[in-house]
Amino acid sequence: MTVMEQRGAYKPTPPPAWQPRTDPAPLLPDAEPYRVLGTEAAAKADPELLRTLYAQLVKGRRYNTQATALTKQGRLAVYPSTTGQEACEVAAALVLKEQDWLFPSYRDTLAVVARGVDPVEALTLLRGDWHTGYDPYEHRVAPLCTPLATQLPHAVGLAHAARLKGDDVVALAMVGDGGTSEGDFHEALNFAAVWQAPVVFLVQNNGFAISVPLAKQTAAPSLAHKAVGYGMPGRLVDGNDAAAVHEVLADAVRHARAGGGPTLVEAITYRVDAHTNADDATRYRGDAEVETWREHDPIQLLERELTGRGLLDEAGIEAARQDAETMAAALREHMNQDPALDPMDLFAHVYAEPTPHLREQQDQLRAELAAEADTEPEGGTHR
Amino acid sequence: MTTVAVKPATMAQALTRALRDAMAADPAVHVMGEDVGTLGGVFRVTDGLAKEFGEDRCTDTPLAEAGILGTAVGMAMYGLRPVVEMQFDAFAYPAFEQLISHVARTRNRTRGKMPLPITIRVPYGGGIGGVEHHSDSSEAYYMATPGLHVVTPATVADAYGLLRAAIASDDPVVVLEPKRLYWSKDSWNPEEPAPVEPIGRAVVRRPGRSATLITYGPSVPVCMEAAEAARAEGWDLEVVDLRSLVPFDDETVCASVRRTGRAVVVHESGSFAGPGGEIAARITERCFHHLEAPVLRVAGFDIPYPPPMLERHHLPGVDRILDAVGRLQWEAES
Ligand SMILES: Cc1ncc(C[n+]2csc(CCOP(=O)(O)OP(=O)(O)O)c2C)c(N)n1
Repeated sequence: MTVMEQRGAYKPTPPPAWQPRTDPAPLLPDAEPYRVLGTEAAAKADPELLRTLYAQLVKGRRYNTQATALTKQGRLAVYPSTTGQEACEVAAALVLKEQDWLFPSYRDTLAVVARGVDPVEALTLLRGDWHTGYDPYEHRVAPLCTPLATQLPHAVGLAHAARLKGDDVVALAMVGDGGTSEGDFHEALNFAAVWQAPVVFLVQNNGFAISVPLAKQTAAPSLAHKAVGYGMPGRLVDGNDAAAVHEVLADAVRHARAGGGPTLVEAITYRVDAHTNADDATRYRGDAEVETWREHDPIQLLERELTGRGLLDEAGIEAARQDAETMAAALREHMNQDPALDPMDLFAHVYAEPTPHLREQQDQLRAELAAEADTEPEGGTHR
Repeated sequence: MTTVAVKPATMAQALTRALRDAMAADPAVHVMGEDVGTLGGVFRVTDGLAKEFGEDRCTDTPLAEAGILGTAVGMAMYGLRPVVEMQFDAFAYPAFEQLISHVARTRNRTRGKMPLPITIRVPYGGGIGGVEHHSDSSEAYYMATPGLHVVTPATVADAYGLLRAAIASDDPVVVLEPKRLYWSKDSWNPEEPAPVEPIGRAVVRRPGRSATLITYGPSVPVCMEAAEAARAEGWDLEVVDLRSLVPFDDETVCASVRRTGRAVVVHESGSFAGPGGEIAARITERCFHHLEAPVLRVAGFDIPYPPPMLERHHLPGVDRILDAVGRLQWEAES
């Protein structure tokens, strides 16, 4: 008898403990991204929250333009702008409680700043004076992560550890659309779901991974759909609607805090600026597309809602602008000072104690620096 | 006085005891990996830990090495001390990005604010007749990554001591466990208190005057055997067991080479860009005027690890070591 002939008789019996976890339907994202602004849901939104979001968006936009200007002046080596994505950045920071943790990617400096980290310290990676300028424990913000998606398993591990200790801690991890193709994305979501870790994954689908559009990145109906295969809910949200992003993330954080496990949130947004200042976006997209998205600007959307409902007037808008200008001026001033660098720092934190061979190299550099100082004319500077 | 006969422990049992003692001493210590729970690990090194400490502290993870090490990073960030088992040497490679990009450098990139006390146990090396991907010697990759400590025991007592030290270390430590020594026994009595070895110290396993064999892990017993056999030739060989590849104990190594004037480095991994090249260079830089002959290497061939039926031709054995020692003598005379 051939295998084909046997086929009818063959009945696979799953291993004894196998159980489908749940009906996948509730895990599926809605067909349309969730929206609040311009819909009936907006009436139920807390006006105070909307006004806070607005002020933060305006500040966030100004932060983006200021940081971009600093690259042009050579003060930052590179800056990946989040202009157009401020709603995601700000909401991610605002939904977290003090004890919660944020796991940002290299693009998410704005979320880091919105969480309370000093803007100058948040920019050291991009300025180039140190990889992480801030103390991760001060505001519970993990170091900005440059390899794509590798921060996601860290968020899972931290949330899992906190839960094992009985602490009320949620971790929110941010990743781009391109990052969802990495193996670490898969492994993190799988671990999170198996461990029911209190984690929220926020994918900012901003259309491109450098130049590669989403259609070349995945064949999935949406990135939020990926959640179903792991056994966690997927949510789709309009990433330019700050009220909607905040609500969806807040739901997910509540769900995680209550022991419900992880959620995958896909925010559909757009990267209005180029990938970084070093990128030429005209090679892979047309102006018309960018213009369409400019019309769906997160600040405009919220401003329209607030003014339309009498929650914000010209004076309020002006106050937000002033506040943003003050922040930008302070940032400019601080970033225009040369950072104080100590070359001996190169060896200071490789190990708890430098190894013997690092000590030798430390001595070598110390001698080089001393020789340099000797040969330098009075008041001379390093080349 | 009555002496109670105690069965000598195997290296695997010493490792198990090290894990158990570390877990008992510090609730922050968590063991995790593939099959480490109910099964006790494919080499049984984690045997009984899940039962004793619960599955939250000895956890069967999903089958994903990057995920195992990546979540361990997050756990360490939150104050735990994860001890991760990579099932076999070649299956640790999926975790290399987490290892190199995060485990090894998070302390540095956060200016010391975020140390990651993670222990990564890797059964490594050949000689057990394993099929492909079960016999790699990957120490050069770990050694080439700043921020990691790398240790490898050759004796039962060192297995205990080095693993305890690794878990106690505030830096990430890769513990390379020579899998062909898992079942080896020596005089260590597991009922006696075992010393916790400080990481970074080599030890002279056998004193000698004619030449120094510098080796570690699975090649230590081979070198000891070679030293015994060399007596017939009239050679009195010193054997230095490095125990720690990073940090490297230049002091012990150079003191020995200065005494003997000749050195052969012995290891299983390939010689090209392998650990022996680094060790030979360090000896040459530091002991040139004491050397009677060039530092030689006896290593595995520079080939992907061979199929089990051919591995005996690949692994450095007594004859190859004696042959190298012979060449040292000859070069000295000419
Ligand atoms: C592992 C890895 N591969 C490649 C890169 C180079 N790289 C930097 S950003 C980027 C695109 C990322 O796109 P996406 O995840 O969509 O995030 P976005 O930049 O849009 O925020 C690439 C390929 C990287 N940082 N890490």
